[in-house]
Amino acid sequence: MSNLRRVPDAAEEGLSPELLVKIHGLMMKSRVLEERLIQMYKQGDGYFWIGGPGEEAFNVPLGLLIQKGKGPQYDYCHFHYRNSGTLLAMGAEAIDAMRQMRNTATDPYSGGRNFVGHYSKREWNVAPVSSPIEVQYSIAPGTAMAQKRAGGTGITIVTGGDAGTAEGDFATCLVWASRPVNPLPMLIIVTNNKWGISTDYAAQHGEKRISDRGRAFGIESKTIDGNDPEVSYREIEAAMNYVRTERKPFLLEALLSRLNGHSSASGANRVNDEADCLVGFEKRLEERGLLTRQQMDEMRASYTAELLAAHKIVKEEPMPTAESIYEHVFSERDLVREDAAK
Amino acid sequence: MSNMVQAIRMALHVAEERHGVTDVFGEDVGAPLGGAFTATQGLKTAWNSPLDERGVVGASIGLALAGCRNVAEIQFCDYAFNTIDLLKQAGMQHWASNGDWNCPMTIMTPVGSGIRGSIYHSHSFDATATHIPGFKIMMPSNPRDAYGMLLSCIVDPNPCFFLVPKALMRVRAEKGQEIPGEPGDDRALSKMIDAPLGDRTSWKPQWPDTPDEFVPFGEARVVREGKDVTVVSYGRTLPLCAKAADDLAGEGVSAEVIDLRCLYPYDWPRVSESVKKTGRVLFVNEDTEITNFGEHLMRRATDDLFYQLLAPPKLLAGAFLPGIGLADALEMASVPQLPQITESIRSLARMEP
Repeated sequence: MSNLRRVPDAAEEGLSPELLVKIHGLMMKSRVLEERLIQMYKQGDGYFWIGGPGEEAFNVPLGLLIQKGKGPQYDYCHFHYRNSGTLLAMGAEAIDAMRQMRNTATDPYSGGRNFVGHYSKREWNVAPVSSPIEVQYSIAPGTAMAQKRAGGTGITIVTGGDAGTAEGDFATCLVWASRPVNPLPMLIIVTNNKWGISTDYAAQHGEKRISDRGRAFGIESKTIDGNDPEVSYREIEAAMNYVRTERKPFLLEALLSRLNGHSSASGANRVNDEADCLVGFEKRLEERGLLTRQQMDEMRASYTAELLAAHKIVKEEPMPTAESIYEHVFSERDLVREDAAK
Repeated sequence: MSNMVQAIRMALHVAEERHGVTDVFGEDVGAPLGGAFTATQGLKTAWNSPLDERGVVGASIGLALAGCRNVAEIQFCDYAFNTIDLLKQAGMQHWASNGDWNCPMTIMTPVGSGIRGSIYHSHSFDATATHIPGFKIMMPSNPRDAYGMLLSCIVDPNPCFFLVPKALMRVRAEKGQEIPGEPGDDRALSKMIDAPLGDRTSWKPQWPDTPDEFVPFGEARVVREGKDVTVVSYGRTLPLCAKAADDLAGEGVSAEVIDLRCLYPYDWPRVSESVKKTGRVLFVNEDTEITNFGEHLMRRATDDLFYQLLAPPKLLAGAFLPGIGLADALEMASVPQLPQITESIRSLARMEP
């Protein structure tokens, strides 16, 4: 580490009360959304559920800190399928996730073609999320190269889980991000929930910390408590500032929980032996007098009612037609070049 | 008169000068080598990547999503097999996002036998490429087509495969098929655009002024007209089919040879029109024969033209083997050569209902 530029520690001062309340609201909405999506699955309003309950303390701050927009001057996002909290924090509508859950024609992310959590939003540089746990790590260096060339402060953010780091694409990402001829402005994120479907991390990975792998490439790297939204916010902000200004990569490993198992394939039932970031954060907010239990209970009831109403709307929406399968195999327009030229 | 590899190089130059190509990259693509086959010498946007094919294809997708037109080379298609799911990703960006994103990228890769490349430098890729929906696929059989096809791939808003038959890389254009603007003299062109041996640090190419020329997707070309049998091929085997047709003309066999040129979308109207005329069709390529692209074309011929056929549609393809052996006899026996092509056309032409 001695020959590397030291990354300043995240700001010591606390986050403002307004920001903490905002983060809490989004974390709760994200949790309630996931609970609604699981309900939808169990009621037959969707074939499969996968998502991010337990990752809200990291994913919400991430979404709040992203410079969203279209083209290389804004951040490119190569997410995996547990980033619902990030999308909500970026400003996505919860009902749209429910549309994708029910695979309706109105699903703005894939038109009923893909699983829930498989976002795509060119308006905000969110690349199509894909079910393989690793491909985003190979794709992300490409957008970062375009940003390095374009100048400005736009960065590429890629997220994946701990299990995905066993794939070669994670090594690809580290190699391509840190080539001495062209280091790339990339925030490489691993959300480590210690599980790969049913296989525990500790049995398969000899490395003590995934972030240690970054150090071998001279990549600034850190492991943080991703169950703490204040730590997450400050650390993501510090890492982003480094990447935005130095135009070099940063590897951030966030240790966090998986509260409903891998997916509906394993039942999607709540587990009781992992820390719940929302419970911990609410206790802290209560102790600091920022929110009362009653206020938070009312907020939860309000989100629950709102998303139940949204569920009812989505239930009435049309499904894609059989005739639509051949739509969008090929593009007539070069949409991405039109964006880049703006 | 350019050979295919020089035509590719000139097309890439035109693309970076006039069509916004920002990156031509891959293993050994940049200076000093300029490509294992020299296809990327002297290009201002060419650069060397790590020896990581998944990284090459992934970066190509990422660059495309950020609006950068790019040409990514896989040095031999044999080394693209570990990138199949990333190629599938490229092919599905537009469709999976329901039209939200598009992915303008070109994967250029040498394919097939013909250089005694042994097991891992002789694979074909047409059967694999045509199993990846969302790509357009071009495969030239002559330098001028290579020039126009590559430019078409580059300016298209979709992912494209540009499959280069390595056996034809050094074959020169036939007279009258030069690229407009290139010097007619081989040595003059070589002096202008081939990097010198030895130290190249101060070398700069002198590019001839060649025009924009685009081979349309889905447009086959009849290279020999005939009335007894239709032969549909592409890539390395196409010139062999044309030669066979010329040889058989002396025997009174009239073969119509079609260069398919674009594997997807493919020019079924042109093929179909010819088969309706001749009643007989032979498809020739060198990929392994089981689940071969030619089998798909045979199925189309059977489905669409059954009552116009005078003989069963035929396929002459590579032997279904794990690889192509190095020794001369092994390679020659593994993929179609002139004698088998000639005999296949001859025997099909004689078949009557």
